[in-house]
Amino acid sequence: MELTALLLSRLQFAFTISFHIIFPSFTIGLAAWLTVLEALHLASGRPAYRVVFDFWLKIFGVVFGLGVVTGVAMGFQFGTNWSELSRMAGPIQGPLISYETFTAFFLEASFFGILLFGRSRVAPWFYLMSTAMVALGTTFSAFWIMVNNSWMQVPVGYVVENGAFVPQDWAKIIFSPVVWVRFPHMLLAAYLTGAFCVAATGAWYLLRRESTAEAQIMLRMGLFLAAVLVPIQIFFGHLTGDYVHDHQPVKFAAIEGRWHDEQPAGEVLIAIPDSTSETNRYEIKIPILGSLIGSLSFDSKEVGLTDFPPQDRPPVAIPFFAFRIMVGCGMIMLLLAWLGSYLSVKGRIERNRPLLWLTFFSFPLPFIAILTGWFTAEVGRQPWTIYGLLRTADAVTPFLTARQATISLVGFGLVYGLIFVFGTYYIYRLLYAGPLGKPALPLAAVTPASRFRSAAGV
Amino acid sequence: MIMYWIFVLVVSTLLYVLLDGFDLGVGILFGLTRSESRRRDMIGAIAPIWDGNETWLVVTGVILWGAFPIVYATLLSAFYLPLIIMLLGLILRGVAFEFRYKTERLRWIWDTGFFGGSLIATFIQGVTVGALVEGLPIADGRYSGGEFGWLSPFAILCGVGLCFGYMLLGACWLIKKCDGDVRELAYRLVPALSIGLLAFLLVVFAYALVENLQVMGQWLKRPYLLVFPLIGVVAALMLARSIRRRRDGTPFYMVAVIFAAAFGTLAISFWPYMIPFSITIEAAAAPHSSLAFMFWGEGLFIFPLMLIYAAVNYSVFRGKVVPSSESY
Repeated sequence: MELTALLLSRLQFAFTISFHIIFPSFTIGLAAWLTVLEALHLASGRPAYRVVFDFWLKIFGVVFGLGVVTGVAMGFQFGTNWSELSRMAGPIQGPLISYETFTAFFLEASFFGILLFGRSRVAPWFYLMSTAMVALGTTFSAFWIMVNNSWMQVPVGYVVENGAFVPQDWAKIIFSPVVWVRFPHMLLAAYLTGAFCVAATGAWYLLRRESTAEAQIMLRMGLFLAAVLVPIQIFFGHLTGDYVHDHQPVKFAAIEGRWHDEQPAGEVLIAIPDSTSETNRYEIKIPILGSLIGSLSFDSKEVGLTDFPPQDRPPVAIPFFAFRIMVGCGMIMLLLAWLGSYLSVKGRIERNRPLLWLTFFSFPLPFIAILTGWFTAEVGRQPWTIYGLLRTADAVTPFLTARQATISLVGFGLVYGLIFVFGTYYIYRLLYAGPLGKPALPLAAVTPASRFRSAAGV
Repeated sequence: MIMYWIFVLVVSTLLYVLLDGFDLGVGILFGLTRSESRRRDMIGAIAPIWDGNETWLVVTGVILWGAFPIVYATLLSAFYLPLIIMLLGLILRGVAFEFRYKTERLRWIWDTGFFGGSLIATFIQGVTVGALVEGLPIADGRYSGGEFGWLSPFAILCGVGLCFGYMLLGACWLIKKCDGDVRELAYRLVPALSIGLLAFLLVVFAYALVENLQVMGQWLKRPYLLVFPLIGVVAALMLARSIRRRRDGTPFYMVAVIFAAAFGTLAISFWPYMIPFSITIEAAAAPHSSLAFMFWGEGLFIFPLMLIYAAVNYSVFRGKVVPSSESY
């Protein structure tokens, strides 16, 4: 494949946004969990809650910082690489993203300082409120991003004037049913990420026989939360599938690996889709299940990819496999959360080392599920940037050269690689030291000047 | 509605230049010293506020995107390489605040990133302004200058000039915030930096005269614009006086006034264009429904709150930084 500016821009966007999403999906969940911990600490007065809180706050600080710096770059790439998209859809996307910046940044910037440095300077209830405000800020941020992305998936509430999409009905855009299915789906994914990371860390300390009281809190709360949330998440996943089925039939067919119309339709469990012969190889298929999943019926007709001209189809393999990996991760998480919660209730989990190991190694699962879920949504939308309205090939900056795009892609690769390697290493060191351990060097953020900041907003 | 968003845009851009200006300047000055205690003090003087300062860049960006999408699309794509490199510089210097304290052996990586990132980001911001003053090649409502259409001796000159400007702002911030060694260093640097900035301004003025740039026409047509340079001159005189008398608090505000005057001069000489001499404010504005949607939420309520928050944060952080020896 020739490396055109278009392909390089897509790679760059995919790389930078995949890299970015790792951090907020962790901090959204963690911020909510910190709020719960602080509330529990206030209610029960148990010191272990406080120790766990302080420990995760340190990690939150580092991850949050990485999320912010990589997020800033996202806000500019729409203009640098996708200038035609910005020109045409700016009147809708720009206001949505500006709300994201204004609401989220404002809440986070105002209360994050108190969270990090203000414990001794404010009343306990105010500290709890600050924690909740930071959590609210991260949630708002996710909300506006999901409104924006949902509009690109299923555009509503606009008219076309002079080649631009002019917003006509903001209520339709913000209260689109698609938003209210996909936003909870993303939010739950973030909560699950937090839950599994916390549970895995708890399991790790139990395996090392360190900080056991704190480790039990982490393990139990993480697993219990996951046991409740995974089924809800699967339900919202199903609703998300419904909107794809109704609004983006070609994406749905690609996810299902269905080349031709079928009635009743089978469900392809696994196969290797081959787009040249328009068939699947090594297919394992369950009859009728496809109609059941698609339309909740035993004999519905489900559309196949060949109903659409080849230039209107997404590349099939990526959404097909990404979707299956996401679902697979979800199933493993469900089993682990239920089994772990059961053993935990029975009081047997601390001695069950194989399960502790499994829990420890489960922390990448939610990240993989989030990334593959987004690959399904975004690659499945191709060849459109705004589904049905604007092709990706027409959205790219028209005069961008392959040389420029190569330089920027390499630049992002090098810088992100550097901060990823060191960032994860520093987080690993914090995690390894544990809730009671002392870091080898003083925490940077606690610079002398930052003490002053603590009283901000009080 | 359009005028309201122009107002918000001007405020956020000016705040960005002044606020991130001084902490980028401190970042460049950071590279001029090898002493760890000086470096700690310098970082300490900006650590609690730098991320808030940088937020104004993002705010400026999203206001352009939402309220003036054509400007957002045209400018960001025209300055493709410089903007991406600036973003990478800002990322490197941003993570350095945390990462440099997490290691001793590899601290040089993050220190280099902090200095280099600050320098590159500043230089590119100056180049961008210079290229805008000269006028971007625009055809059919889109940038038409190719990969390096923004590059010119004048733009590079502006890049170097802004480095002097931000360093001057940064040095005055250090005078305001620090004691002892770092303050002395800053006092020694201010005269040289001021002369550098002055020389730059003279050269720019001469260049604009010789090349007969279009902005000159604006100045000649509207002589009342001279008020802004005049304010700048008065502020420069007061700066010199406060440096001689060692009034720690004053120099920063005087340099800030010089910057604001320069900013005002530029902004008014661009008027009514947003991208000088090709795209006007009216032509660039988003449809009314976009502007109104932004106005009734973030414009009317959140924007004032953000200003108040920034003010409170700075008032909490007023006074000198605690000497670093006390906290480690």
